[in-house]
Amino acid sequence: MSAVSEPSDSAVSFRRVGKSFGEVAVFRDLTLQLPMHQTTAIVGASGSGKTTLLQMINGMVRPDAGAVDVLGKPVPAQNLEAFRRGIGYAVQGAGLFPHLTAEQNVTLVAKLEGWSEADVRSRFLQLLSAVGLAADVAGRLPRQLSGGQQQRLGICRALMLQPSVLLLDEPFSAVDPITRLGLYESFEQVQQADPVTSVLVTHDLREAKRLADFLVILDQGQVVQSGKPAEVLAHPATAYAQRLIESQLS
Amino acid sequence: MKALLYVLCLSLLSWANPLWAQSVEKSVVVGSKNFGESFLLAEIAAQVLEAQGFAVTRQLGLGGTLICYEALKNGEIDLYPEYTGTLSQAVLNLPGNPGREALNRALRTDGLELLDEYGFNNTYAVVVSDALAKDLGLERIGDLHNKSLTFAFSHEFLQREDGWPGLAQRYGLTSEVTGIEHGLAYQAIADGAIDVTDAYSTDGELQRYQLRILEDDLGYFPEYRAATLVQTSASAPLKEALSGLGNILNESQVQALNAEVVLQGRSFAAVASDFVRANSAALGLGNVAQPQASSSWLQQNWVVELWGHFVRHLQLTGTALAGSIAIGLGLSVLVYRRQRLADGLVYLCGLLQTVPSLALLALMIPLFGIGFVPAIIALFLYSLLPIVRNAITALSHTDPNLVKVSQALGLSPWEQLRYLRLPLAMPAIFAGIRTAAVISIGTATLAAFIGAGGLGEPIVVGLSLNDTDMILRGAIPAAMLAIVVELAFGGLERRISPPK
Repeated sequence: MSAVSEPSDSAVSFRRVGKSFGEVAVFRDLTLQLPMHQTTAIVGASGSGKTTLLQMINGMVRPDAGAVDVLGKPVPAQNLEAFRRGIGYAVQGAGLFPHLTAEQNVTLVAKLEGWSEADVRSRFLQLLSAVGLAADVAGRLPRQLSGGQQQRLGICRALMLQPSVLLLDEPFSAVDPITRLGLYESFEQVQQADPVTSVLVTHDLREAKRLADFLVILDQGQVVQSGKPAEVLAHPATAYAQRLIESQLS
Repeated sequence: MKALLYVLCLSLLSWANPLWAQSVEKSVVVGSKNFGESFLLAEIAAQVLEAQGFAVTRQLGLGGTLICYEALKNGEIDLYPEYTGTLSQAVLNLPGNPGREALNRALRTDGLELLDEYGFNNTYAVVVSDALAKDLGLERIGDLHNKSLTFAFSHEFLQREDGWPGLAQRYGLTSEVTGIEHGLAYQAIADGAIDVTDAYSTDGELQRYQLRILEDDLGYFPEYRAATLVQTSASAPLKEALSGLGNILNESQVQALNAEVVLQGRSFAAVASDFVRANSAALGLGNVAQPQASSSWLQQNWVVELWGHFVRHLQLTGTALAGSIAIGLGLSVLVYRRQRLADGLVYLCGLLQTVPSLALLALMIPLFGIGFVPAIIALFLYSLLPIVRNAITALSHTDPNLVKVSQALGLSPWEQLRYLRLPLAMPAIFAGIRTAAVISIGTATLAAFIGAGGLGEPIVVGLSLNDTDMILRGAIPAAMLAIVVELAFGGLERRISPPK
């Protein structure tokens, strides 16, 4: 069995990607495919390149070499705004705009896209119930909401336009453990109802184990192992993977 | 955003006030400088013209020789009373005491002409209090030698060729001097704050404050013979109408007229009116009718007048502020993402701020003339800095995480500005506008020096009359307005920035 297994049906593919920031090379010759309609977790230590990898998918970071394909097409150089509206994005701390209400935050881009009032409203309410929020949060400002509520709204915002790919940059890490479990359940419900290709960056192997269908372990810009979580965890292929698993799961 | 609209609407509304509806009738514009005698002579000239059927507009109290001269040269005013010594020394740089013919030859280059002299010589004088003169035995300017006295001169006197620098040289005086607004100098002498200042020899206040003119034993001061300065292109009927002013007044008569204003508190218009009626034959006028109430420049009802100044002040500051909000914010939005351009803009606005207000107003004259427009432009330039600096700083310091999120959501740069940066920058932008508004209200009091009116007008006239009540009539409403605007903007600011 190869340490790096490749899913047959890939939603995102990195082909021989290289990326440096100044003198520091983050990726050299990265090749990786992420499966369609599944949740991929990218796990690694700080500085392993997780977030850079994520941001190459929506064009926030451009590779110096190689190419990134999303749903079979390269990330465009022009008209990135339209492309990004097809890709959901949720971050640690939610990143809600402080001057907009919960509803305004979630629905802003749909309105800019010219959705009808009725469509905007029904999608918003549908998402609220999917992530387990009551409708009365709609008119509140972010500061009037708990961290968990904000984070759920961040996920609603990412899903509002029914994206084909959902990028999650440690969105569950800034809340307390109980709230986090609730968020996991909500995310699982959303994914069961209508599975979206998701890429979850995290340093938490337990979280990856629970939520991901496909696991990628990243160390200093190298994919050291990838595959189904159960297989990876049962058979760590490198010393780094071994240490990572032992430090968190034993 | 709505709050900005309120400001714009307010400034537009102020235009609708009928009290300030100006007639567009083509009339002779009579100017004066900002001291009592100049007001009085201009008022006499104006009434002489009115008595002969001319329509007259008064632009009195303009801020000094430079502003009057430039305004006349630019055709913003048609005439103002000027002094031969001022022209030769301060404007034309001619030595000695050139006669009117020599002056007129030099004035022709600027297209100006000095009409017949009124007859009196109002020279500069150095004055001390009577009491001090007796104590120290001061009679001549030379007696000031080696006396430990406090010298304070008007700003113009300190600067002029024929003022302090030459005087100190001629008499070998080495004392330190400070500048003081002329209208405050006599009170300062009376209070003992200063000992020596400059005065005009025909000044009606010399009696009131019991001041002694020190004899110019070395004959330093040139003659200052008053006459009407007009454009060479002025119509023959206009010049003819003013010819009656030749040799109409001697020194003691002028001093008496000046005293009627400063000592008896009569208006310039009333004193001038009495004089014109009493001298109608000498002035070449027929039977002069009772002056119409409308020709009185100083209205008797000062509340009505104050309201006019107040509305005018609002128009000045409101219009300037609306302009600097629109243009300042527009420029800020255009450049905030380009660091060097943004720095350059803030630097430029800062530079404008360092130009002294009066100098900026004077600089406006060759470009925009005098009156409302140049005043608004100057106020507009002053208001830019706080608005631009706050806007650029706030727009370029939006939380980088939120900017990243907005990009990832697929917002275009314009949408990021509209939905993220601008709303978050609003409190800072508003604080800038608030500062600009308060600065404008204060600075606008100086606009009276270039004939723009407003609450500065009673201040200018009050200063020229040494009339504290009148100064306060302008200063108090201006201060109140600044406070009210400060509070109102504070309230608006709290409304637009969400509760913490």
